[in-house]
Amino acid sequence: MLSIRKPLTSLLQLHCKSNVLVQIRHASQALPQFSWEKYNVKRKNFGTIQSSDIGFFKSILDEKRVLTDENDILPYNIDWIKNCRGQSKLVLRPKTTEEVSKILKYCNDRRLAVCPQGGNTGLVGGSVPVFDEIVLSFALMNKIISLDSVSGSMVCEAGCILENLDNYVRERGLIMPLDLGAKGTCHIGGNVSTNAGGLRLLRYGNLHGSILGIEAVKADGTVIDCLKSLKKDNTGYHLKHLFIGSEGTLGLVTKVAIHCPVLPNAVNLGFFGVKNFDNILKLYKSAKKNLGEILSAFEMADFDAINTTVRNLKLPNPIADYPFYVLVETHGSNEAHDSEKLMSFLSKEMETGLILDGTVTSEPAKMQTIWNLRESIAGASLKSGYIFKYDVSIPQKHYYDLVPILKKRMGGRAVSVYGYGHVGDGNIHINVVVPEYNSEVASLMEPYIFEEVSKVNGSISAEHGIGFRKPKYIHYSKDQSALHLMSDLKKLMDPNGILNPYKVLPDEP
Amino acid sequence: MSRVLVGVKRVIDYAVKVRVKPDKSGVVVDGVKHSMNPFDEIAVEEAVRLKEKKIASEVIAVSCGPAQAQETLRTALAMGADRAIHVEVAGAEYETLQPLHVAKILAKLSKDEKADLVIVGKQAIDDDSNQTAQMTAALLDWPQGTFASKVEKSDAGLTITREIDGGLEVIKTKLPAVVSADLRLNEPRYATLPNIMKAKKKPLKKVTAKDLGVDIAPRIKIVSVEDPPVRQAGSIVPDVDTLVAKLKEKGHV
Ligand SMILES: Cc1cc2nc3c(=O)[nH]c(=O)nc-3n(C[C@H](O)[C@H](O)[C@H](O)COP(=O)(O)OP(=O)(O)OC[C@H]3O[C@@H](n4cnc5c(N)ncnc54)[C@H](O)[C@@H]3O)c2cc1C
Ligand SMILES: Cc1cc2nc3c(=O)[nH]c(=O)nc-3n(C[C@H](O)[C@H](O)[C@H](O)COP(=O)(O)OP(=O)(O)OC[C@H]3O[C@@H](n4cnc5c(N)ncnc54)[C@H](O)[C@@H]3O)c2cc1C
Repeated sequence: MLSIRKPLTSLLQLHCKSNVLVQIRHASQALPQFSWEKYNVKRKNFGTIQSSDIGFFKSILDEKRVLTDENDILPYNIDWIKNCRGQSKLVLRPKTTEEVSKILKYCNDRRLAVCPQGGNTGLVGGSVPVFDEIVLSFALMNKIISLDSVSGSMVCEAGCILENLDNYVRERGLIMPLDLGAKGTCHIGGNVSTNAGGLRLLRYGNLHGSILGIEAVKADGTVIDCLKSLKKDNTGYHLKHLFIGSEGTLGLVTKVAIHCPVLPNAVNLGFFGVKNFDNILKLYKSAKKNLGEILSAFEMADFDAINTTVRNLKLPNPIADYPFYVLVETHGSNEAHDSEKLMSFLSKEMETGLILDGTVTSEPAKMQTIWNLRESIAGASLKSGYIFKYDVSIPQKHYYDLVPILKKRMGGRAVSVYGYGHVGDGNIHINVVVPEYNSEVASLMEPYIFEEVSKVNGSISAEHGIGFRKPKYIHYSKDQSALHLMSDLKKLMDPNGILNPYKVLPDEP
Repeated sequence: MSRVLVGVKRVIDYAVKVRVKPDKSGVVVDGVKHSMNPFDEIAVEEAVRLKEKKIASEVIAVSCGPAQAQETLRTALAMGADRAIHVEVAGAEYETLQPLHVAKILAKLSKDEKADLVIVGKQAIDDDSNQTAQMTAALLDWPQGTFASKVEKSDAGLTITREIDGGLEVIKTKLPAVVSADLRLNEPRYATLPNIMKAKKKPLKKVTAKDLGVDIAPRIKIVSVEDPPVRQAGSIVPDVDTLVAKLKEKGHV
């Protein structure tokens, strides 16, 4: 959160990111249909919770951390985009790795299924139960354990909220290597489990690089200690990577060691109008060449993405209307050097016409307003209906092709179809907004969109993961040989399949 | 009306966390991001709109402060001001510079530049004084429209809607006049790229308070700057009975 200085509270409320999230979460009060009904899923043969089980959990956690009241549990059963809804009757809130270990050992012995949950901002239904899985929430595992200011490595518990970590390390001259619109709510453990990408991946790389170590608990309760905070550690298998991006299906992440880069002295942010998508690609090439090592983000959004966000959330658009928008951020160590570079890049590209117009600023409050507009796109349409969200990687020359194709395919059925995302990483988010979910519309898009992505050798999930929504489509991006190995690993690490069932792995034939 | 003078102050950006120096002599400003006071941005925006509506012919931005105040002036120029005056006040003198000093400077410049209207923000978000507009008007003996949320040109001068406790007040003033901008007056624009480039070439004049014949000798001494008291953490009680018991225990009911 920002420090709120008195006379500007009203201005700040407009800008404060976390507020936007909260606002969106409560925008629509109607409860979604149960996932198992909506997607026709059969319960697997797990045990069911008995009162003796609850008694056991109360004996290892205190009563307040064992939630059984329907109203208390409801938010844990529904995902952020209100697409999935589970039927869990029990939420556990451990505070330590030992508690997590005891819970899992017990669940494994009793064949009780478990759904790990962080900030519950995941966009593929992985974070909520499907049937009566026990929700294991990491919200109370939120302690920062250590920070080494020389190496920049921080060790913390899995339930730390990303924005809190960022504020903490900023006070100490560092930043978190990842940043995303959900930062005010998502947990670092959730980020690791989904291998979240986000807004600055272009500069700081993905979590397979930044995560130095992990402590995780296997399904049988064994604690796996890979919590080294070293940049280099070539001793044996690199096991931590198994937990990065496995969405809670191989083990539960309890602690992480993460490398935090230095807080840049100089930050600039530009927001520009661009004529067409081809010009965005040209501009991207030019930005890489002319801004070089200071380029930290290169994001795009089409007119409908920005316009919907401005209208639905009543946010200011700092520049005029354009067919496409580009956001360029620089992180560097010398204000004068960076702004000179940036200005010559901007003058050049204004002259060539790649940039139609726009604005550039180094003032924190203004930068925040611009970022807030970009980050709010993800949830802006929750008010106007149901959103089909696609998160695909596509070779850059085909990056935007799908948006006009889907627009045409959907015709009058969609309220809007728009694209935005991390051009720099070849990752586009396509949102198809319809008044209300229905299976006819769904079948128009799926598997069609995945087939198209597969044709150009793309990935059907660039950063959100597979979760509950996409196991049956995973084969469009993963070879059978790889799927077999995934299945073998799952059997090795979680033989009873109690960890996040119905997620990630496709059903075996 | 021909000329509008706008006061712009460089302050710590409002998205930045303000920190008190360990010796309590002030707040940490070194290496901290500064921006134009948000209310002054609103003042600049209003002046530029007056120019765009052809009500004003020239907008002059003025900032009193250290060398970096020129960055703030460049921002005003990029938003559409025509030229800028930097009144250099640095070091210890700047730390004790008060609204009265600034008002004297603005009053003198208004006369020198033959301004017809002075617009400033209603307050700066660093010292929250809310005095400069009023004092400038008094020194010039011009009418004032403070806390303006709407400014319109009328035949005789200006019609100004003011935000007051419990509602709005509409007043008419003759020109020349002094206006202070409130939050709802307008939404300041983001400077566009061509204007940011052009601003680098617009005229910026540097003067000192002494050149203007204004005495800025300190009238105050800063004794101590302290953090506001930390808010006590709340606690959740299980039920109403416990709440009542706790309130009784603390003597609140
Ligand atoms: C507004 C918004 C913007 C977003 N922007 C981006 C973006 O730019 N880039 C991006 O990659 N993603 C983005 N996302 C989606 C992203 O995956 C999540 O926001 C985030 O990474 C998930 O963290 P979480 O703590 O909310 O996890 P949850 O949603 O709670 O869980 C996500 C998955 O991880 C599992 N899990 C959670 N915690 C643990 C744990 N400790 N151990 C094992 N498994 C666990 C869950 O079971 C689930 O499968 C965005 C989401 C929103 C709402
Ligand atoms: C002068 C010198 C400088 C060096 N500097 C560095 C340094 O700066 N940093 C550093 O990390 N290392 C350094 N090394 C060691 C480094 O490990 C090797 O040089 C290099 O990475 C090994 O490559 P190689 O093809 O020679 O592999 P080999 O020596 O042939 O094999 C290395 C290991 O990999 C296995 N292996 C080889 N190929 C395959 C394959 N295709 N599939 C499966 N297994 C395979 C081998 O069985 C063996 O276990 C240096 C070595 C020398 C001689």
